[in-house]
Amino acid sequence: MLKQIRRALLLSLALVAPVMADTFVFTAIPDNDETRLRERFQSVADYLSEQLDVDVRYVPVKSYAAAVSAFRNNQVQLAWFGGLSGVQARQLVPGSEAIAQGKEDTQFITYFIAHKSTGLEHSDTLPKAIRGMTFTFGSKGSTSGRLMPEYYIRQAFGEAPKDVFSRVGFSGNHSRTIRLVESGTYQVGAVNYAVWNSELDAGKINTDAVKVIWETPPYQDYQWTIRGDVNERFGEGFKDKVKQALLNMDDPELLKKFPRSAFIPASNSDYDSIRETAKQIGIID
Amino acid sequence: MILSSTSVRITAAFVAIAILCLFAADLAITTINPWQDLAALFLGMVTPDFFSLEHIGTALLRTLAFAFTGVALGSVSGFLLALVFRFRAVRMFCAFIRAIHELFWALIFLQFFGFHPLTGVLAIAIPYAGIFAKVYSEILDETDPTPERVLSRKVDVLSSFLYARIPDALPHLITYTSYRLECGLRSSAVLGFVGLPTLGYYLESSFSQGYYSEVGALLLLFYVLIATLRLWARPRLIPLYVIAAPFFLGDGLPIVWGNVVRFFTQDIVPSPLRDGEGLSGLWHWLSDLAVNQAMPGIWNTLVLTQIALVLTGLVTLMAFPLISRHFGGPTRRGLGHVVLVIARSTPEYVIAYILLQLWGPSMLPAIVALALHNGGIIGHLIGRRSNEITLRPDAPKGIERYGYELLPRLYSPFLAFLFYRWEIIMRETAILGILGIYTLGFFVDSAIQNIQFDKAMVLILVTAFLNIGVDAISRRVRARLKLKVSMTCEGH
Repeated sequence: MLKQIRRALLLSLALVAPVMADTFVFTAIPDNDETRLRERFQSVADYLSEQLDVDVRYVPVKSYAAAVSAFRNNQVQLAWFGGLSGVQARQLVPGSEAIAQGKEDTQFITYFIAHKSTGLEHSDTLPKAIRGMTFTFGSKGSTSGRLMPEYYIRQAFGEAPKDVFSRVGFSGNHSRTIRLVESGTYQVGAVNYAVWNSELDAGKINTDAVKVIWETPPYQDYQWTIRGDVNERFGEGFKDKVKQALLNMDDPELLKKFPRSAFIPASNSDYDSIRETAKQIGIID
Repeated sequence: MILSSTSVRITAAFVAIAILCLFAADLAITTINPWQDLAALFLGMVTPDFFSLEHIGTALLRTLAFAFTGVALGSVSGFLLALVFRFRAVRMFCAFIRAIHELFWALIFLQFFGFHPLTGVLAIAIPYAGIFAKVYSEILDETDPTPERVLSRKVDVLSSFLYARIPDALPHLITYTSYRLECGLRSSAVLGFVGLPTLGYYLESSFSQGYYSEVGALLLLFYVLIATLRLWARPRLIPLYVIAAPFFLGDGLPIVWGNVVRFFTQDIVPSPLRDGEGLSGLWHWLSDLAVNQAMPGIWNTLVLTQIALVLTGLVTLMAFPLISRHFGGPTRRGLGHVVLVIARSTPEYVIAYILLQLWGPSMLPAIVALALHNGGIIGHLIGRRSNEITLRPDAPKGIERYGYELLPRLYSPFLAFLFYRWEIIMRETAILGILGIYTLGFFVDSAIQNIQFDKAMVLILVTAFLNIGVDAISRRVRARLKLKVSMTCEGH
């Protein structure tokens, strides 16, 4: 009997093991509409699988924290994080490394957008008139949709957002922020400029209803972060291979899906200022 | 069955509290054009697109698989717990595990099991085990003691239990379990909102992108699944489903067991203790958490719950005539049934999610969602109860029949069901915070988003104790009113 059980166990292990050993799994923060994310990252998975000669699987998640947790729990080994989620993840996983970022990510910007009924116009400073209006961030864990806009709101008003605005919401992602401000659900919102521009190009924004009223100064944002222990699992030099493959991603179709013009090397220290900002606001301890 | 002055007084008190709460509540509709999207949604419902979603079959299959596996596991564990339910410790344990909502359990397990099927299965099985234990033990207690008494003393405990107690209780156990299966389907669907591969996952994606015809298709299929539950979930087929279900949960991602250890020994240890700041640090941490998160969360949860409770009562009183044979013919009753099936099959979470997108963030979408769903459930039960009443042939018709004949006879069970759902409404109110209303769930979700599981755990515990407290009050109110309803048809 025992023997049989042992055999069954071994057999089931044998069935499971290859999947575990060979599949390189990655995820990404859900900052955009899911269909778009799936298209984008399925292409990345296909590309990486070809370059790295292992099975590569993309796992979609429903929240920024879920992406960080999956990375921390070693259920994914690579992730496309935002500035803040990357900092959180690397703090939780010693040895993990930021390896590549989009060219645009060194100079990332948040747009403050407003519904036309507010009468706000584009200006060089954050308009004081937004005090008392309704305001939406993107996701709670977003860099461009939460961290940086909150930082600049606090800087401009010397108060927490909940005291500045009559109502503060978290839309969940950037596309939704645009839609909520466009429909007037919120009067003002903060949105990732890359998402805004790509939706604008695609003709998805009703510019009669919503416009950009302020642009933040540039900061560091998205990056690919990899776990420190991938070489032990996928073989010597695997991390470098992944890094190289990401940097070599030059298919214009694929780049356009991000949207980024190219990928460049990144390092953990690039994100020190993001960590400082997050600490000031109390998002990380 | 004449209305006692106590039940009138209690009703008046609860209505008064709810009116006071209305002043404290944020009920704004903030969208400029709230009906435009609603119209688009209805258009989507009548033009469902069953083919655009390649995953629609998988979504339903997974929803069923998680429901069956979770409910089966919960039912077996609950039955075992019911056998030892006379111990105070067991009762407290069960009250505690059922006071934590499925979604909170899922959020906890997600942190260390990740996207493994076990996360979803346990998220359903654990709170359900607590509920099953309570109800099963009540059913067993209510069985007719006569068969056991006539047995010879030589008969051992197990045999007397199996042959004298179980046969009498079995029909009730089965009825209740199949009712819970319906709840399990709803729970399973909602788990998708936090990332498990069930219906809610696809519903959220389609809805947030404005693909209303996909939303329509998903919801309609879900209604059909629940409305036809009795046709396909035959008692004889259930074992087959239960055995098959675990094979259709999907693979998810493998569990890394080290994460489990880490979660319990590090993640949920309050950060001042982890960083060696000692008790003074802990005190500071706790008071900060209490003042800035727990208190506002509790306040909003209570305000919202009390309003939703009274509105649920109102909806119930308006809804039950829809399926009552004392009003209207079979066609109208048929339509009434459709309306109530939709109201009670759509989880509060889904209704609230939809209304929040349409009306903007405030307590209003949550209140309406809770009232529609729970009013649909109690309306269904009261409507069925009304059909058991035989009126004199010359009884008045219409509004007089409603006010003078039926309402006085139905008011006691109505209050009983309503107070019974008080705790459930509060559990849901807390969870709706995840959608962005500032109830306890909002703060739990924020803590999880900030990877502060220590804070999240404290807030989940606060939520659990709040639920246990309301449950205790509700029991006292029901005892005071001498309200008793048969457990088996009760909508827990």
